[in-house]
Amino acid sequence: MNRLSAFFFQRPKLVTLLLLALPMLYMLVVYLGSLFSLLINSFYYLEEFTGLVVKEFTLSTYAQLLKPTNLGIFRRTAGMAMAVTMMDAVIAFPLAYYIAKFASPRLRTYLYIAVTLPLWSSYLVRVYAWKLILSKEGILSWFVDLFHLNPALDWVLSIPGIGGSSLSLSPLGMFIAFCYIWLPYMIVPIQTALERVPKSLLEASSDLGARPAQTFRNVILPLAFPGVVAGSIFTFSLTMGDFIVPQSLGTSRFFIGQAVYSHQGTSGNIPLAAAFTMGPVVIMIVYLLIARKLGAFDAL
Amino acid sequence: MTNPAIRFEKVSRHFGEVKAVDAVDLEIGDGEFFSMLGPSGSGKTTCLRMIAGFDRPTSGQIFLYGQEVSSLPPFERDVNTVFQDYALFPHMTIDDNVAYGLMIKGVPKAERTKRVNDMLDLVQLPGFGHRKPSQLSGGQRQRVALARALINHPKVLLLDEPLGALDLKLRQQMQVELKSIQQRVGITFIFVTHDQEEALTMSDRIAVFNQGKIEQIGTPSEVYEKPATSFVAGFVGTSNLISGEVAKRITGSDKTFSIRPEKIYLGPGADKPSENKYSATGTVRDVIYLGLYTRYLVDLEDGGDLVVIEQNLKTTSMDVLNARGQKVCLSWEKDHISRVGG
Repeated sequence: MNRLSAFFFQRPKLVTLLLLALPMLYMLVVYLGSLFSLLINSFYYLEEFTGLVVKEFTLSTYAQLLKPTNLGIFRRTAGMAMAVTMMDAVIAFPLAYYIAKFASPRLRTYLYIAVTLPLWSSYLVRVYAWKLILSKEGILSWFVDLFHLNPALDWVLSIPGIGGSSLSLSPLGMFIAFCYIWLPYMIVPIQTALERVPKSLLEASSDLGARPAQTFRNVILPLAFPGVVAGSIFTFSLTMGDFIVPQSLGTSRFFIGQAVYSHQGTSGNIPLAAAFTMGPVVIMIVYLLIARKLGAFDAL
Repeated sequence: MTNPAIRFEKVSRHFGEVKAVDAVDLEIGDGEFFSMLGPSGSGKTTCLRMIAGFDRPTSGQIFLYGQEVSSLPPFERDVNTVFQDYALFPHMTIDDNVAYGLMIKGVPKAERTKRVNDMLDLVQLPGFGHRKPSQLSGGQRQRVALARALINHPKVLLLDEPLGALDLKLRQQMQVELKSIQQRVGITFIFVTHDQEEALTMSDRIAVFNQGKIEQIGTPSEVYEKPATSFVAGFVGTSNLISGEVAKRITGSDKTFSIRPEKIYLGPGADKPSENKYSATGTVRDVIYLGLYTRYLVDLEDGGDLVVIEQNLKTTSMDVLNARGQKVCLSWEKDHISRVGG
């Protein structure tokens, strides 16, 4: 036994290799492998008459993405993802700031649990809960009625592109549900980033004459920015790929997730579904490159 | 009649039951290099934080050049701080760090650049402006922190154990440098430290803190040679405290007194009795050879023991180590003892 321990102790590289072998195998074969197969499939095409996938290299599947309806799907999904990301950042920042800098250690634990608690329940349950809350007979309408705010709600619902016949059947309702569901993914990284900012930096800024607003702009915000970017990667990509929320709430107009779902399912057009999926992947890569250019990862 | 740079009037800061600072009165003169010396938890850092504005007194008043400041926020006080961990902004270059105070004040960019360069010259870091704090060594960051504070020409500069994280050589070098920078810029420096040697090296005056109170304020020589209390005698340098019966047999009075180890003459036989000397006899219990000097622990015949330090002027290690177990006679000038209270 001792000799075995000594054997490994003298070969730290071998130990690292043994520890990493399984996860590396998984990463390479299952994870990257399936991504690669996705990429390959997106360059095949579906033969219209036979309904069979032809395994020949072509860009025609990608050309299909440029059809106005499909471009609309991309625009709609990306717009929603951007709006949700921005709203979540705005809501999450003050919450994360309070948790990281003001709450006592005890309270911090409770708040941390409160933030992550919704993640313990099923995602489907939460989406359906929102469907009920936002529906015409739901509790929100009841409150609107109670405070005689019906004209205001009607006005909001009449705005084209946002409104609909009811909150649950409008893009606005979908937006509300998305914001709620992904909020923890924004709070946690921002809070982590803020916790890593030593108190002495804030004191130093104040000591050098900066008012709280100036300290926020010059010190807190730049140092928390990597956290915001990390959070936005979650909220943005999760919204881009989701198909449950657009299916349960909102209008009948497709989002990327729904398009992928229907193309690989009913129509069996795997190449087009794969091409649709590559969209968010490319968008995320571009987003990360821009974030790096803006210096979001400099303080990491 | 000029106002003192800092005046404390019955300043207390309590954290719940703990009296971190307890009714402290204090005056620090204009242009002084003033050190607050004490063990950790003695209240010195809390005093500094109250001057900076990061903390407010539970009671009492703090005056900055005659102006009552205890309720002003840090950004409205004309004092700047060099932090223990330097607190440099990691996302900014050295230039931007040093220029921060000026940028906040809205000083035009051209003047800012000029003053930053002057400041980096003063702290001997010319040409480092484009680097990030993470690319600098501890000693260099220390200088940047100093430059960032000094560039604002504060009325008072506060230094919170700024040399604590540096190694011994660098620390001694920075001590000399800090003192010379202070003399050049003529700003009042308030320096918090737990290192008595550091305080003795640089300060015009020292306040020795213990348990939220100031035990003694004085020049380095006063604090060292005439410690007012047994705590000061023990904390600043090493000291022999003699009290009670033993004190009475040696000096004729049972009041506690302190005598520094290096002031005691150690000889083989009885010294000729003298009007202005005290003497005692004893046996060497232990000898520690330290190269430059030797430390002896001598058991007195009258009871108690004394630490004696003798320079190795003529003796070698062989000589001193042979002294163990020998009978010796100790004597010291009457002037060199210090009566201490408490």
